[in-house]
Amino acid sequence: MAELQLKGVEKTYGNGFKAVHGINLDVQEGEFMVLVGPSGCAKSTTLRMIAGLETVTGGEIRIGDNVVNDLVPGKRGIAMVFQNYALYPHMKVRRNLGFGLQLRGKPKDEIATATGEVSEILEIEKLLDRLPKQLSGGQAQRVAVGRALIKHPDVFLFDEPLSNLDAKLRAAMRVRITDLHKRLKAEGRPATVVYVTHDQVEAMTMGDRICVMKDGHIMQVADPVTLYERPANAFVAGFIGMPEMNLVPVVLTRGLGAQVTLDGQTIDAGDELARRLYCQDGPVTLGIRPQHLGVVPAGSPNSLTGTVTNIEFMGHEVNLHAKVGNAAFVAVVPSEAFDRATQRGDKVGLTVSGGHAHVFDVSSGENVSLRGQLN
Amino acid sequence: MAAITDIPVRKGSEPPTAIELKHRRKALRSSILRYSLLTIVGLIMIYPLIWLVGASFKTNAEMFSSAGFWPKNPTISGYIEGWQTSTPYTFGRFFVNTMWIIIPKTIGTAISCTLVAYGFARFEFPGKKFLFMTVIATLLLPNVVTRIPQYLLFRDIGWLDSFLPLWVPSALAGDAFFVFMVIQFLRAIPRDMEEAARVDGATTLQTLIYIVVPMLMPALISVCLFQFMWTMNDFLGPLIYISSVEKYPVSLALKLSIDTTEAFAWNQILAMSVLALAPSLIVFFMAQKYFIEGISSGGVKG
Repeated sequence: MAELQLKGVEKTYGNGFKAVHGINLDVQEGEFMVLVGPSGCAKSTTLRMIAGLETVTGGEIRIGDNVVNDLVPGKRGIAMVFQNYALYPHMKVRRNLGFGLQLRGKPKDEIATATGEVSEILEIEKLLDRLPKQLSGGQAQRVAVGRALIKHPDVFLFDEPLSNLDAKLRAAMRVRITDLHKRLKAEGRPATVVYVTHDQVEAMTMGDRICVMKDGHIMQVADPVTLYERPANAFVAGFIGMPEMNLVPVVLTRGLGAQVTLDGQTIDAGDELARRLYCQDGPVTLGIRPQHLGVVPAGSPNSLTGTVTNIEFMGHEVNLHAKVGNAAFVAVVPSEAFDRATQRGDKVGLTVSGGHAHVFDVSSGENVSLRGQLN
Repeated sequence: MAAITDIPVRKGSEPPTAIELKHRRKALRSSILRYSLLTIVGLIMIYPLIWLVGASFKTNAEMFSSAGFWPKNPTISGYIEGWQTSTPYTFGRFFVNTMWIIIPKTIGTAISCTLVAYGFARFEFPGKKFLFMTVIATLLLPNVVTRIPQYLLFRDIGWLDSFLPLWVPSALAGDAFFVFMVIQFLRAIPRDMEEAARVDGATTLQTLIYIVVPMLMPALISVCLFQFMWTMNDFLGPLIYISSVEKYPVSLALKLSIDTTEAFAWNQILAMSVLALAPSLIVFFMAQKYFIEGISSGGVKG
């Protein structure tokens, strides 16, 4: 196992399009790092550069002590699990697993022992004599993981490995992969993992740390809790969390507390927020998670009055959509606390608890309400 | 009036209604008409072949006396005498010569086309577009145009009256059609498996041999089949480059029996034609399944 370092890594394609803009990332030995971001954010390109399947046009990739920029994939000490499994269709599972070792010239008995060991870990012993086309999606994915595992690589790379599975199987495989990572750590051979996904649930549940990417830039690298509670910018704040964070343009004025004005209505978001701020008064973006937005009767003190635009009953909770002027809000209210008589078009009051609110700079999107909270 | 979907589904035991009977009769009439038409057209198309086989068992005198294919006095003398030929060699020699041309040519084609197609389909290199256009341009070029320059070239190298002019162009991926066919097939195959092999530590050549070639097999079988059949039937190539009778393939040998005999022994010629058809047919039926798979998935997918 080894540490993985990306220093100023860039990718510019032949047509001049720059996909990756000098990113820096350190993945510690044995760490489970998730690269997450929307489509086209270059997370897969970054992974493929680490794998050696894409050339690096700038910067340096290190695995352990070696700069691997110019090494072929087979010499980098990596193993990769592909989105479409990429099992060799004409080889039985046994040979699929052992092919990498066979290419390295390992003796047959050693390959057989390794195959047996890996198939036992992944519970695929009964599938060894099947062809890939005779496997279900989940089985094929386990074989693909096995093919990576058998090589004892320095770094494991996963490229959206669960996106072809149905929701139930995906949840099961998620647990299986994290369990495997923990098990290897417990056995004293920790696995360094880089895992690409666009699914924030996978990112939040699997990663030791998460690297959020957008348009070839890293927006933030942090553990899941930090990412959720202290997003570095409006993009991360909006990307992580379901439903996504309410981000609305307001005017900020600081007096005794932090007053925010929206659509001619002013409320006090409290001292606690005011103490965290390091920005000028004026237009800012207010960020508040739907779970932290209070719903009170219209006209209640210190609340913004809005109009209900939609009500989604989710079972244990209700998503209430409301508009204050042109700004759209979503509030998540526990079912039992929700007033069932509420209809579309009704007026409601929305309260902002300053302890959970964030303020973002309008132009840079930077979170300017992290004073005293930064680690 | 009730629509068809409104008619309740009847259980098998109940007698069919008048409407159902009418539909069944209509379907039956339509089937009879279609199959009769297909059978007639099919027979018209295959009749010359049936006649050829039948006539090969006729005597020379009976050959032109009736258009029927069934011989009145079946004889295998056409086969026996035809096999002997009017040359010092038997037809067996000509079959061996044909195989001597076909087998290296087919193997050479399969290998060279795979290498060239893999290069075009999977790698970026300077001048790729221009080179690919050149390959496609040769595909559109009539064969006749290149005959004379090729002949002069091979004459200067000193390859005339040998099999080399027939082997070498194919072994250097000279058959652009096959290159194009394999490229199309390769484009339909996702690259993931090759990337997985590279991550597993395979070199480019190992990836080609262990991963790409097995996946290309249906296309390669089609390539080999086409090359086999076309070379078996090729008359002009051997006619131009081969002058010694001892090196003649079957296609030239058949013509030879027409040339040298004053009164043509048609039954012998037809008997040998039947034998000449056999290898192509046998190979085709053996590889039919892969052949269809190869040519159909080449262009449709991707």
